[in-house]
Amino acid sequence: MSAPVAQFDEDARRVAGDTRQRAIVQTAMHKYEVVRDFRKPWFQDWNGARDQASRTKFEAINHLDRYLDQFASKLESRGTKVHWASTGKQAVEIILGILKEKNARTVIKSKAMTSEEIHLNDAMEKSGYTVVESDLGEFIVQLREEPPYHLVFPAMHLTRGQIQQTFEEKIGEKSSDSPEELTMVARRVLRQKYLDADVGITGANFGIAETGMISITENEGNARLTAALPKTMITLMGIEKILPRMEDLGLFLPVLAVMGTGQALTGYNTIYSGPRQAGEADGPDEYNVVLLDNSRTLLLADAEQRDSLHCIRCGACLNVCPIFRNVGGHSYGTVYGGPVGSVITPNLRGLQDWKHLSYASSLCGACTETCPVRIDLHHHLLQNRRNSVQEKPDFFMAQAFRMFAVVANSPGLWSMVTTMSRVGMKVRGWVNATFLDPARAWTKTRDLPPIAGQSFREWWKENR
Amino acid sequence: MSERENIFSRIREALKMPAHRSGYHTEQGELPGGLPTLEERRKVLPIVSATEEGQIQMFARNAADLKAVFKVLPNASLLTAELKALAFAEGWKRVAGQRTEMVEKQISELGLPALFTEGGYDKAELEKCDVGITECDALVAQTGSVVVTSRTTGGRALSVLPPHHVVVARRDQLIPDLPAAYVLLQSRYANSFPSMISFVTGPSRTGDIERILVLGAHGPKKLTIYLIES
Repeated sequence: MSAPVAQFDEDARRVAGDTRQRAIVQTAMHKYEVVRDFRKPWFQDWNGARDQASRTKFEAINHLDRYLDQFASKLESRGTKVHWASTGKQAVEIILGILKEKNARTVIKSKAMTSEEIHLNDAMEKSGYTVVESDLGEFIVQLREEPPYHLVFPAMHLTRGQIQQTFEEKIGEKSSDSPEELTMVARRVLRQKYLDADVGITGANFGIAETGMISITENEGNARLTAALPKTMITLMGIEKILPRMEDLGLFLPVLAVMGTGQALTGYNTIYSGPRQAGEADGPDEYNVVLLDNSRTLLLADAEQRDSLHCIRCGACLNVCPIFRNVGGHSYGTVYGGPVGSVITPNLRGLQDWKHLSYASSLCGACTETCPVRIDLHHHLLQNRRNSVQEKPDFFMAQAFRMFAVVANSPGLWSMVTTMSRVGMKVRGWVNATFLDPARAWTKTRDLPPIAGQSFREWWKENR
Repeated sequence: MSERENIFSRIREALKMPAHRSGYHTEQGELPGGLPTLEERRKVLPIVSATEEGQIQMFARNAADLKAVFKVLPNASLLTAELKALAFAEGWKRVAGQRTEMVEKQISELGLPALFTEGGYDKAELEKCDVGITECDALVAQTGSVVVTSRTTGGRALSVLPPHHVVVARRDQLIPDLPAAYVLLQSRYANSFPSMISFVTGPSRTGDIERILVLGAHGPKKLTIYLIES
């Protein structure tokens, strides 16, 4: 068993038995469902909006060379430095290089899943920089030295009591456990960090090709401050985040808000097109955009699953997924969890090591049904299963199916085997779910339905 | 070869194999190609009243939902009284603003120490101000958003660092919907966009602790919008 499989098995089993964590997640997801369903009818045609979003991303991804080139040239023409990274390691080196050149000591970050993907915080801390996450949820999980639990709600698995305790232990801030007061503690502590920070690092929700802009969506204002106060600003963006035109935001911003958090529009939707320009009061003197491939071109090369690059990281598929709700965000062991994580991780990090995620699904299709850019998620899970077996056939499974084919093709053998298994089932009943039970893998957590006492052929003979 | 070229050559190689459009295996069938037009977008987005009155009402409803304060004032002279009342109620000691004729006049009426961001400022001083007063580029009725930019509303920080953001807008700045906002930005700035353009939709907020709404996470705890009719 590979390490990711063992870790997934253990964590998924533990969380599935952790009724407290599951209750917290269920409550949060229920609140999400209520507001989301309240917002959807606000659109004149929600499914029409999804179709248009899907069409727009299809156009962008299938002409990525053209749009990416336009995007980079536009950014450069306004004084932004554009950097290209084929791997996560290269992106980290580029960013460390900028920090060194600027003699930076403190870095303030706004939420960026891409930075989790390349383990940027680790690398910066190892090189001696102080790194502060400014998004409240990210700040909390950073203090607890945990990865984010969810793409959109990083600390959704924690209770107010746990957060109160974290603040007291890690930053010596005593307060009540009211969410209001805890938020104000974080506001006060982080204010000073903003004023001290030399460099601000952000992620990107969209890159606008037509005008060379980075679009950042947030509620707290932390990304706005990250982009306003430090002298140097860096944006780390995956190359698939491209949208062709600025006007596309008019569709994508409300779609992302409704799917992500159930809001009509998130608090701050900001587009950045360069460093401080002549005549502007403030803003960074230098703006760096780091464009990251990190195996995204591998997904692009798979025409069948190319649409998984449409993903806008809204988290809607996680929220509706029965597996996510029961195994939780950390069990996946990946940066991107939930259905979309199970689709892309095997493609980005190795099919054989991560194929188990594509099996951790009931294939109910709730993810595909909700996806605002119409990624064919549950079919992609099936395709991952198929690809993994084609790439590395399982000898024992192949023999088992061969034997089954022989038995199923011969009426005599079939009736012999079914009669035998009726007897076998009775005997097995005595050892049900113990180590002597050959069906233990199934029966230790589930009932095994009994085999009927009489086959249809036998019944037919008697009752005809 | 540079990394840029490496990435582009991988992209071009990958795109040689065409992909199916979404929905090709469903009853609905393959989605049409090409980018949706503005008219198509307007057909799916939330409906907005065609009249100015209706749009003001819609903005007011959205602002109330967002817990922002929205007031329509018949003329600018009433604004002075409003701001004085706010200054008294909240105990403002220092105010920040952008240097436009209208904002400057209002601030001088308040008679409080003031910081103007144009031409550079000390960020620690701005952080100590009780309010940031700005104009705006547009108000979007559909979403209750205020459009601010780094060029026309006093920089990047003024509208987000102080705990209270006061916006003064003219009636002709109200626009119906998001598509109209992008048309406006394109026509106003086509060749030289401000380095930051932000759609501010309500005061700063978070739901990161047990999904319970708290205002004033990092940005302003309070957003007040005045619409001056003449």
